[in-house]
Amino acid sequence: MNESHVITTITLMPLIGGVLVMLLGRSGEARVKQVAGLISAVVFVTAALIWKNFSQVNSDLQFVEQVNWIPALGVQYFVGLDGIGLVMLMLAAVVTPMAILVSRSGDERCAFYYGLMLWLQAGLFGVFTAMNFFHWFLFWELSLIPAFFLVRLFGGAGRQAAATQFFIYTMVGSIALLVGFLGLYHATGTFDFVELAKIAKGGSLRLTIEEKLVWAGLSGTQVYLGLAILVLMGFAVKVPLFPFHTWLPATYSEAPSPVTMLLTGAMSKLGIYGLLRLFLPIFPEAINMMLTPLLLLATATIVLAAAAAFVQTDMKRMFAYSSVNHLGYCLLATFAVVAVAEDAGFDRAAALNGVVLQSFNHGLTAAAIFAFIFFLEKRHGGKRGVDDFGGLRKIAPLFCAFMGISLFASLGLPGLNGFVGEFLIFRGVFPLAPWAAVLALPGLLITAVFILTFMQKVFSGPLNSGCESMADLDASERNSMVLPVVLMFALGVFPGFIIHAVNPTVLKLIEGLGGK
Amino acid sequence: MGDSVYTWAFPMIALAPLFAALVIFVSRFFCPFPNKKIASHLAIGSMCLAFFFSLLAVINVADTQQAPRVFNFTWFELGTNALQLGWIMDPLSSIMAVMITFVGALIFHFSTAYMGKDENYQMFFCYLSLFAAAMLGLVISNNLLLMFICWELVGVASYLLIGFWFYKPSAAAAAKKAFITTRIGDLGFFIGMLWLYSETGTLLFYDANGMGCLEQSAVAKMVGQTTMVGMTVSTAISLLIFCGAIGKSGQLPLHVWLPDAMEGPTPVSALIHAATMVAAGVFLMARVYPLISAAPPGVAVSGGLQVVTWVGTLTAVFAALIAIGQYDIKRVLAYSTVSQLGYMFMGLGVGGVGVAMFHLIMHAFFKALLFLGSGSVIHGCHHEQDMRRMGALQHHMKITYLTYAVGTLALAGVIPFAGFWSKDAILHYAWGWEVSRLPFFIGVFGAFLTAFYMTRQVVYVFYGKVYRGDESHMPEEVPESMTKPLIILAVCSIALGFLGMPWLPAFQAFIEQVPIEAEGNFGSTAVFIIISQVVVGFGIAIGLAIYGVLPHEKPEHPDEAEEHLPNQFAVLRDKFYIDELYERTVVKWHKSFGNLADTLDRKAVSLGVMLVSFVALGISWLSRFCDDYLINPGFDEGCKRVSRSGRFMAKLQNGRIQEYLRVFGVALALFLLTLFITGR
Repeated sequence: MNESHVITTITLMPLIGGVLVMLLGRSGEARVKQVAGLISAVVFVTAALIWKNFSQVNSDLQFVEQVNWIPALGVQYFVGLDGIGLVMLMLAAVVTPMAILVSRSGDERCAFYYGLMLWLQAGLFGVFTAMNFFHWFLFWELSLIPAFFLVRLFGGAGRQAAATQFFIYTMVGSIALLVGFLGLYHATGTFDFVELAKIAKGGSLRLTIEEKLVWAGLSGTQVYLGLAILVLMGFAVKVPLFPFHTWLPATYSEAPSPVTMLLTGAMSKLGIYGLLRLFLPIFPEAINMMLTPLLLLATATIVLAAAAAFVQTDMKRMFAYSSVNHLGYCLLATFAVVAVAEDAGFDRAAALNGVVLQSFNHGLTAAAIFAFIFFLEKRHGGKRGVDDFGGLRKIAPLFCAFMGISLFASLGLPGLNGFVGEFLIFRGVFPLAPWAAVLALPGLLITAVFILTFMQKVFSGPLNSGCESMADLDASERNSMVLPVVLMFALGVFPGFIIHAVNPTVLKLIEGLGGK
Repeated sequence: MGDSVYTWAFPMIALAPLFAALVIFVSRFFCPFPNKKIASHLAIGSMCLAFFFSLLAVINVADTQQAPRVFNFTWFELGTNALQLGWIMDPLSSIMAVMITFVGALIFHFSTAYMGKDENYQMFFCYLSLFAAAMLGLVISNNLLLMFICWELVGVASYLLIGFWFYKPSAAAAAKKAFITTRIGDLGFFIGMLWLYSETGTLLFYDANGMGCLEQSAVAKMVGQTTMVGMTVSTAISLLIFCGAIGKSGQLPLHVWLPDAMEGPTPVSALIHAATMVAAGVFLMARVYPLISAAPPGVAVSGGLQVVTWVGTLTAVFAALIAIGQYDIKRVLAYSTVSQLGYMFMGLGVGGVGVAMFHLIMHAFFKALLFLGSGSVIHGCHHEQDMRRMGALQHHMKITYLTYAVGTLALAGVIPFAGFWSKDAILHYAWGWEVSRLPFFIGVFGAFLTAFYMTRQVVYVFYGKVYRGDESHMPEEVPESMTKPLIILAVCSIALGFLGMPWLPAFQAFIEQVPIEAEGNFGSTAVFIIISQVVVGFGIAIGLAIYGVLPHEKPEHPDEAEEHLPNQFAVLRDKFYIDELYERTVVKWHKSFGNLADTLDRKAVSLGVMLVSFVALGISWLSRFCDDYLINPGFDEGCKRVSRSGRFMAKLQNGRIQEYLRVFGVALALFLLTLFITGR
């Protein structure tokens, strides 16, 4: 493996792998799954090697490949990894094999199914490594297509409406994002994220925009803010930010559960990643100007999503809302870091490290939870209402132990992975925007309430009729879930494993934010 | 022994049980051979090891009498800084560790018999060990964050153990209620911790350079600043942290979970909901005492301490009142625990760490004794918990009866049992409190109530002419493995009180690391003793007068007090309707809020989708227009499809991916076009 083409290689691996899998055609699901699993395992090992060779003291981009593509337009093939990209890449590399391992499409088009999963992974890798808007946007859009087909072709009864909604929502966001970036390009003449961040850091981005883009009687500041809002729209839909989140519960619940694992585990991080890479460094001033409404929206996302999760009876809808809630904390922290405060270096570092950590942890935990929901669905003829189950601890103790651990991780129990991210986020946000931190706090409580209610209904009480013959985890299910559960403990006790990789990048990002 | 030994030996106090918990968990699911006995041996062994290390620590601390010794380490690097955690070896932590490991080992031993036939025997010891590890970690941690982590872990262990008999819906509900109610308080704790962290830049209590958050410079800084309603920052932070203590220690208004927690197996009630975890709130406040007691110059008692005192005082008498109206043997004890925890907070407020900790440790012994005794009663009566279905047990269970009597006398505060010395010390300090004497009088009233309800309970359970339960199953004494812990705890409940006599308060002096000095002169102390003994004697006398030698022979016979004052008794029996109040307010509001959020979403869906469908329709028409009139007028067939799909989208019955892809294509084309036009 040529050192300088590492990133291209790891992006092409699942892409080509996906083609291979599709060529297997009708050779039976077991075989197709085996091949797809093997490919994703190889990809995982490659990602682990990248992690190992990544220098944790270096805040620069690493494994850079930069080739001129369309020089006239400033379009380059420019890929590289920093700490944030690395963690996201790792997450996609962890979640994809998990999703493939637990999959069971039971469909003759299974080759297509597994192939699409690998393509989705390739799209994610592309997004997490691209440093030039041009091909970043290509991957951003291309990752949507496999996701769309996975929902549309293999989903539940309401899949058509859900897939349509999913597609329209994200398309609208993407178009807004595209227009925003065209405006930026118009003003600055570059698509390079690093360049754009540099211009913004110097404080001249706003001036450039105000000078170069004078449209239809709008003042320069209005144009600047308008561009920022357009760019934000793209991410607000993807993460999602209230009130652009309504596609998510429908999509997550209609998608087949292993696909939901990918959607929530890896794909939902596109939005967070985009905010950290494209929005925060380029538009800090704009965020600052809109800080109060943005923080309000973020707290609304956190609290309302948790509250909505509480009244859901469909498990997948419940945890879809839970995902919205968890990523809401990331939004809160991402917005709050631009607040002007004295001596805020440590607060910002805590908040942004928290965002990345929370993203990774949420990906891992939510994917695991959807896997467990899938196991339940499989055993109960596709039923997944909270009230369809009861007393499972009696007959499926291992299942309940593993899922219980994942649920507690999701609840933010210290000692498991979820806590440290949430703690760091609140640690950072509290001094920067105390009122927002306090307003968001009920989210933590409501999450505890609905998760414990879930456990009370599903795990405890007398055995539900219809559940009597339900089997505990079989060997393959157990083996596929041991690693994630162990990781939950490991990252809860040693969060440094991720934080140390991210911290230099975060420090650099903060430096770019300027301020006091 | 040198310090180097303690750097690994001291954390072992918490790590040994943690290791046991992990091994038991893994062996439960992945071990090929039966390992029931191994689990309990491992758990008890780890506790004994922890006890040994804690004893070493106490001896060392008593020997050296120096500043707290800390063992700090870096958890992870963050920003340009690092997040440090650590352990602390001082009187407070070491004495707590000794108590927890000693009482814990006894209760573990008791459980081997009590839970012997349970099918989840191993998991019981796994949870118990997890609990012990978290509890010990909590007391020896030198960092508020680490303490919070352990604090939450004891909460989860408590959750698992309350709901241990998960097939009982009441147990599952009680477990959930406990976790959520305490978490409400923990939100305050969490915010307080964040605030403290951002004020002082560290959460280490003490560090090597005197920069810890409880040390002089940090506290002085926080006392100097004021925040809302004129509170100093130190008071505001400590009150937020106190919220956590209120939840964990079952103080008003978050006491509702503790009585329900009695759904757990009785050893659990003894260990977690009497001796250790519920006292963690008191310990927490004792730990942050430098912060909460810090007052600006000119203020005698900080606002924080005043709040703590009042909350404790009110809870003490409130819970004691409720205890009078209960029939369940364990619920009486549960409300008694709430009440005694109130005394501890009161003691902390009026007298400081030494007095509060003295009562905490004494209470741990005699309340563990009482709970194990009640466990033994329940076991002997074939899982009957209703006191009305017991009676005359003194003839059937002699050892249980005698040890229970010792526990009762200690709790009631009869000289010279342990509870007498510790409760009297609190009342003594309350008399001298600068702010008000009301807590003293309320406290004395509470002491009267305590003597009364315990007398009632003992009469119901042990006295009377006949056994009122199922006569075909007469109660019988429990096996030796259960009576042994009772005897040991009974001995402790008599002997340990002498460590803190007012003339020679060695215990308090050890905790506060001051020379031993008598409290007040002999005469005034004697007066207090006489007053308290009269009050307690009065309580016992009235109890005996009302319940006497219980005449009823049938369990259906109403309580004597209920017979004469039915309305008043009903209020106490129904716990002042606090649960119903919460059910109709907070719980209901929470549910409606969830429904509101859900409705909002569903409405927003339809609204949003409608808007978007208009946009999509517009683009489709535009695209049709281009196709029709500009690009390809010949393709009528294609146009029809386009317009059809446009109408489809309007109805949002179906979406055509081709359309979207076309939009995507058009967008990309526009993108490239713009590039070429504007490109340099």
